[in-house]
Amino acid sequence: MSVAGRRWRFLLFRWVLILLLLAMAGGLGYALLSLPDQAIGLSEQVGTNMETSGVQNPVTAVLLNFRGYDTLLEMAVLLVALLGVWSLGAAEVHRKVDPEPVLSLLVGGLAPVMILMAGYLLWVGANAPGGAFQAGSVLAAAGILLLLSSKRYPVRLMGWPLRVVLLLGLGAFTVVGMILLFVSGGFLQYPSGLAGALILFIEAAATLSIGVTLAALFLGGRPQSGPYR
Amino acid sequence: MSTVLLYALTGTGLFTLGLYALIVHAHLLRKILAINVMGSGVFLVLVALGGRTSGAVPDPVPHAMVITGIVVAVSATALALALLLRVQAATGRAELTEESRE
Amino acid sequence: MRQIPWEVMLILLPLAGAMACFLLPRRTLLLGLITALGVVVCVAGLGWLMLEQGAQRYAVGGWGAPLGIDLYADGLSLLMLMMTALVGLGVSVYSIGYFERRQAALFWPLWLLLWSALNALFLSADIFNLYVTLELLGLAAVALVALAGSANALTAAMRYLLVNMLASLCYLLGVALLYHNFGSVDIAILAQRVEPSPAVWAAMGLMSAGLLLKSALFPLHFWLPPAHSSAPAPVSALLSALVVKASFYILLRLWLEIFPPAGAALGQLFGVLGAAAVLWGGIQALRQTRLKLLIAYSTVAQLGYLFLAFPLGSTLAWKGSLYLLLSHALAKAAMFMAAGNILHFCGHDRITDLDRVAQRLPVTMTAFALAGVSIVGLPPSGGFIGKWMLLEAALRDGQWWWVVTLILGGLLAAAYIFKVIGYAFTQAGMLRQTSKVPMTMEWAALALALAALLLGLVALWPLSLMEIGLPFGGESGG
Repeated sequence: MSVAGRRWRFLLFRWVLILLLLAMAGGLGYALLSLPDQAIGLSEQVGTNMETSGVQNPVTAVLLNFRGYDTLLEMAVLLVALLGVWSLGAAEVHRKVDPEPVLSLLVGGLAPVMILMAGYLLWVGANAPGGAFQAGSVLAAAGILLLLSSKRYPVRLMGWPLRVVLLLGLGAFTVVGMILLFVSGGFLQYPSGLAGALILFIEAAATLSIGVTLAALFLGGRPQSGPYR
Repeated sequence: MSTVLLYALTGTGLFTLGLYALIVHAHLLRKILAINVMGSGVFLVLVALGGRTSGAVPDPVPHAMVITGIVVAVSATALALALLLRVQAATGRAELTEESRE
Repeated sequence: MRQIPWEVMLILLPLAGAMACFLLPRRTLLLGLITALGVVVCVAGLGWLMLEQGAQRYAVGGWGAPLGIDLYADGLSLLMLMMTALVGLGVSVYSIGYFERRQAALFWPLWLLLWSALNALFLSADIFNLYVTLELLGLAAVALVALAGSANALTAAMRYLLVNMLASLCYLLGVALLYHNFGSVDIAILAQRVEPSPAVWAAMGLMSAGLLLKSALFPLHFWLPPAHSSAPAPVSALLSALVVKASFYILLRLWLEIFPPAGAALGQLFGVLGAAAVLWGGIQALRQTRLKLLIAYSTVAQLGYLFLAFPLGSTLAWKGSLYLLLSHALAKAAMFMAAGNILHFCGHDRITDLDRVAQRLPVTMTAFALAGVSIVGLPPSGGFIGKWMLLEAALRDGQWWWVVTLILGGLLAAAYIFKVIGYAFTQAGMLRQTSKVPMTMEWAALALALAALLLGLVALWPLSLMEIGLPFGGESGG
């Protein structure tokens, strides 16, 4: 096919695609406009069950109590992503270049503050917006900053301690769920007095896990030690 | 048009734009970014429509769903980016090429 | 029996096994095998319970729908769980001999997490929970494909990952529309509340598009042949046998429960696409020069058969389609394992250079041939029973054009199967070095192929199991 013919076919394909997508967007918009103005969502049910949930923040209650099973699977998703990245090959060894003074200064000052902030976000998640994922992300950011300036602040976590920390979140969730299976007769069924404490425990383990997992994902490959050599 | 509807329509608009970019661009990084835009669109629709409650507090269930969705999207994006680097290293180009003979 | 919550164990046991394998990589083979056997026991336990007490519903956290998440097991889910357990056990035994130590340290945690995702998916009664399990499944599958490490495998894994992410987002947007329209994500509650509206049509279109993409229905099948052919052999077996069936299962559930106001048009569309898949996949399979690509295109063709039940819609058609799904899982897993043995033995998988593999690997070739019998649909095999039921359903309904598809598909399958078997008896031009194939690998393939054949002899029992909980509507029998 000549160059002109190819170009014409290319433009045709583009315009057909645009038309189809505009039609799809129109259909979606029409579907949205047809939704009722007042929702018949689950906010009422969440409201009536908040007292027994153990926390005051409704989103945390949904995430860790009512629909905690989803969160458990989500921790597994994080783990699978890390395993996937590890199965691709070894992490590149960062060249030990002298970091810029600005970076060193910032990391030295910021990293402890970020770790404290992560702890605060974890604690406040019971009453206000916050919780394990938010705290874990801040912790991971601190970890990545430390990794970026690894000459000044070497980060050494490898071998089986690393694997233990990575599994802490999913493991805590699973173990608590199993124990509750025998104690209160239902999987992840928190007894009414202990719900808040158990949720905090799970969230703490999850924060550590999420932070370390996200930082390890940043490295982009498996550690060059132990059974993976 | 209410604010809720405006946000929700923006969400579907992002979804459509992301889909267009995903199909049209060949470079893998653009595709990954397009998928992230689509994801943001879906989350926007979820959260925006949850604000249609009669009281002041929005429906918390879509918020929890979006938190789960964000974590899942981040995990998948991390894997995609790592794969992108390996594909680039193995084939020399950051694009999806046809399978080579052997 | 009720004391042990088998559903929860089915999800938690492989999860715990994966964590143990990850924590103790030196003992991963032993831990993996123990977990596999444990899961088989749990499936048996659940089946026993359901035979006594019927379908089971378990409210996680004690809350119950719509506030919490429910696990629901009826005949359909039990069948899928049993299929997963059987193929999973076979693949586990096969993988013991397949991977070297460093790859095995990563394969087993990933495989057990994939198994956990499958079990969680088949037991879930909540469409948002299904989204999370779908994502877990997809990411684990992509990671397993990338384990092969070759440039082709990495490219295929990248394409597969992008397809997975796109499909999941389409599905999630559908979930958003359904939740905001009816106020719940529980399937049973949605089934009661759903009524035709633009949001439902949009959700149906979106979710179908996403799930069809994941099930590789023509023309959305483009990602499957590279991914399934360049993955390591046990991973190819898992992908073709189990992973593509999971999204089909979700589509079936939504179709049966939430989308009845769908009308005949969409069903006919699925049927037409399925027929196109059967023919296109069969023709492409004939054209292949490499064994694993041939088997991958055969998967595309066989998946097309499953969608022929949608335009027919009768219980007989659904059961036939599911019987085909079940036999295909066993037969295709056996085929990929056989192909893995051949690849290991010869060092390549070019069909024309198979060099008397039939004489030198008799167990493997027998497994391939027996699996082929089920794929073609010859008696006695599970494939024959499934096709027979679909044929009967099509004739009863008067839609005879599907009969033509079934017959043509069978002829194409016979052509490419016999092509491989023919070359397996011929001598190649050059003699090559061969490597020994471990016995576990050969016999695992044969065991699954025999199981596919066995399905053709004991059809009544699995078919009656499907009835538990009446997943196909009020009528039983047919």
